[in-house]
Amino acid sequence: MADYLPHTAEEVAAMLAFVGVDSLEGLYAHVPSAVRLAGGLDLPAGMTEPDAAALVAGYGAANRARASELVCFAGAGAYDHEVPPVVRALAGRSEFVTAYTPYQPEVAQGVLQAIFEYQTLVSRLAGLPIANASLYDGATALVEGLNMAHGATGRSRMLVSSGVHPHWRAVARTFAAGTGHEIVEVPLVEGHTDWSSVDATDAAALVVAYPNYLGVLEDLAAAKALAAAAGGLLVVAGDPVAAGVLRSAGSWGADVFVGEGQPFGTALSFGGPYLGLFACAEAQVRRLPGRIVGETLDTEGRRAYVTTLRAREQDIRREKATSNVCTNQTLMAVAAAVQLGWLGTAGLAEVATRCAQGAHYLFDEVTGLDGVTPASAGPFFREFALRLRRPAREVVARLADAGILAGVALDTLVDPGDRSLDAPEEVLLVTVTERRTRAEIDHYVAAMRGALQ
Amino acid sequence: MTASPAGRASSAPLMGREAEPTLFEISVPGRRAYQLRTTDVPARPLTELVPAAHLAEAPVPIAEVSERDLVAHVTRLSHRQFSVDLGMYPLGSCTMKYNPKFCDAVAADPGLASVHPAAPAALTQGWLQILVELEERLCAVTGMAAATLQPAAGAAGELTGLLLMRAYHESRGDVRRRVIIPDSAHGTNPASVTLGGYEVTTVPSNDRGLVDLEALRGVLGPDVAGIMLTNPNTLGLFEEEIVEIAAAVHEVGGLLYYDGANLNAILGVVRPGDMGFDIVHMNLHKTFATPHGGGGPGAGPVAVAAHLVDFLPGPRAVREGAGYAWATPARSIGRVHGWHGNALVLARALAYIHVHGAEGLTRVAQHAVLNANWLRRRLAAILPAAHDRACMHECTLRATPLKDAYGVRALDVAKALLEEGFHAPTVYFPLIVDEALMFEPTETESPQTLEALAQAIERIAERAASDPEGLHRAPQTTPVARVDEARAARHLVATADAARP
Repeated sequence: MADYLPHTAEEVAAMLAFVGVDSLEGLYAHVPSAVRLAGGLDLPAGMTEPDAAALVAGYGAANRARASELVCFAGAGAYDHEVPPVVRALAGRSEFVTAYTPYQPEVAQGVLQAIFEYQTLVSRLAGLPIANASLYDGATALVEGLNMAHGATGRSRMLVSSGVHPHWRAVARTFAAGTGHEIVEVPLVEGHTDWSSVDATDAAALVVAYPNYLGVLEDLAAAKALAAAAGGLLVVAGDPVAAGVLRSAGSWGADVFVGEGQPFGTALSFGGPYLGLFACAEAQVRRLPGRIVGETLDTEGRRAYVTTLRAREQDIRREKATSNVCTNQTLMAVAAAVQLGWLGTAGLAEVATRCAQGAHYLFDEVTGLDGVTPASAGPFFREFALRLRRPAREVVARLADAGILAGVALDTLVDPGDRSLDAPEEVLLVTVTERRTRAEIDHYVAAMRGALQ
Repeated sequence: MTASPAGRASSAPLMGREAEPTLFEISVPGRRAYQLRTTDVPARPLTELVPAAHLAEAPVPIAEVSERDLVAHVTRLSHRQFSVDLGMYPLGSCTMKYNPKFCDAVAADPGLASVHPAAPAALTQGWLQILVELEERLCAVTGMAAATLQPAAGAAGELTGLLLMRAYHESRGDVRRRVIIPDSAHGTNPASVTLGGYEVTTVPSNDRGLVDLEALRGVLGPDVAGIMLTNPNTLGLFEEEIVEIAAAVHEVGGLLYYDGANLNAILGVVRPGDMGFDIVHMNLHKTFATPHGGGGPGAGPVAVAAHLVDFLPGPRAVREGAGYAWATPARSIGRVHGWHGNALVLARALAYIHVHGAEGLTRVAQHAVLNANWLRRRLAAILPAAHDRACMHECTLRATPLKDAYGVRALDVAKALLEEGFHAPTVYFPLIVDEALMFEPTETESPQTLEALAQAIERIAERAASDPEGLHRAPQTTPVARVDEARAARHLVATADAARP
């Protein structure tokens, strides 16, 4: 028996007397007896925190893939970046953690200003003037991008490169069942989107990933030209770390930028909570999904922040809202702003550069092994796909015994019939972050050599 | 020394009455905070690795600050922010209860937080166990057969539920067009219905604040896919005719969707499944005390009755032999999240359930209802209830007497409460109540705190009589006074780089 209730038995009795009810059960007298639960919940008894501590510690101990056991070379949209104690301490302050949506701006300037700073940073990384206060994750940010394209063009045909993360495409297909959007997945050839294989006429959006999920840097000019000719929006799904040094989505002509913000201050966390990045061109601002914070003044002329353009939102516009989003991922947005503040201009560029250096070093070393060939062609940034002589799942299992999470076996990521590449069971997706040392990479190569023999 | 070449010092007074400079304003070129691991990886220039056509001319400008400046800046921002840890947050419909630190500690365990989401099931058995155990417990609480843990928030759960509804009907070759929603519903309900590809039909509330059963029967028909209900509803009242409502909807082949925003009221007392609901979403950040994070992350698992299990999103963690594995239901609607949902939020909720157990969860609901009824009764002379009878975990009160007598509106009362050290209740919702103030005290507030809130409202009522103009100007003791929302919307300044009006 444990809980966090402050009331003493005497207080409960006095309160019940004040409201004129004779027992706690009596508070539910108006609930029809036919639906009341007899005998209580079928759950184990409660336990105190110290008693529960051993139980919950067992969960983490049962995860062999934890950082103390395996060195992480897996990416696929979730990256093992440095999150320093200072970022954890600041983003973990209970004023941020235990607040809710800033409905009362006079007592929420802390969260509002942090979001404003976050929006500024996302806008700069995207090369687009408007960013919202966050969405759930990269996949749902993409869905909102498609909805925006539908709103902007009145069209429903979405051309989505198969270089977009397979899970994001899967999520887009799921939600298309409700919106009625037609999701056309455009195949990759040698790691590059084959736009020539589709008719772009009537496209609401062309969606391309930069770099794509296989790590390849595609030329976005072709996609932009096609989108412009068709009168559709160009939606770029970008890696925000790479965005620190690459040409921005905006500079390629993107109308919408979506991304996964986890690399900025959020641990791998088994996939959530993460952070949906969303930025767009000025022309689309009235179709923006979710919250946006704006700068204004208070009645005494002081600078202040407030959630704005509220007339788009579900609590006001109801069935005509631009999105149903209410709760988003504010705490992760705050963490991202703090992490980027810690990195600064030079730090973000250095992290991005080190990722590229590590990835290219590993690529050069590992593709020298017998039984390893590149699975795609063209320039890559921080991630690459390898075709292996043995099934990738088996290789992942073997390298785990050497203390390495070798990457992501592609057949665990893609759906059957995926049009990004053939025989995914032979393919391993590998990434290197700024945290990986040369010794770790050399150990990886040696372990891979052993695993393939 | 002369003035600094750039940047402003962050020196706003505590709980500042002056604006805190932005991160960009305190930036000084050349300053740094970051420190990275020494890796000995060959440092080849980026231009050798990536074609020039892909590289930006200069790195994206972020800010340049020292670690000490960053700490001061963010800490000062935190001092301009109200939170549950600071004081009572009776924001109706949001269940701003105390968030146990124990659950935060569970989520911070590196054995959970450092795990990659694509690592194979064999290497992540602890995580799969968490997902399975949480799903089983949520099903026990709701009286349902199985659940998906993927939806990241309540609204995501709603849309997932509507897509399940659609898949179910379509699997039977049954084309349906409309979803019914009461006029008291949360705004997310109609917005989700539209995204689910359905039309909204609104059913009015009767004079008791409940769904008008006759009106409901009037709008039901073979084209109705289902109804979305919150029970207790957004007025904080239990839908006493739920059995009749369920029968009427099921009779036309529709499904019942339970919006779990108010589940905290009924834990261990009534289960949605026993009321006849087919689909249930839960807001773990409300009922199961995971912190709201300033507006997320939440988690919105969706539990379903047996006839809908095959349609659930996949993959789902399931028991397999002595361990756990991933499985995708036969006719799954597909993924609704990039990975497995807001996993660390799910782990916190499971820890909360472990501590409370069956009896503890039931006490949570009972004490939440007790607090709300006490507050309703205590405030009745100043803020009468919209419906004067027993409420559940929250009570919807009206500022109409203050408005009629002194021109003091619900908004003024809310703003004055901020000066008194309390967060405001939800205002002007539900839309069907004039001058609504919706208080949800939650179970974790003590009688002393409730009494302090009541006395604050008494003082505000006295001010309404003596100084109504002063109330229109409240709050004055907060970091900023009332903000110009119209200006913000008229001239959007959403980034530090935007042109100022």
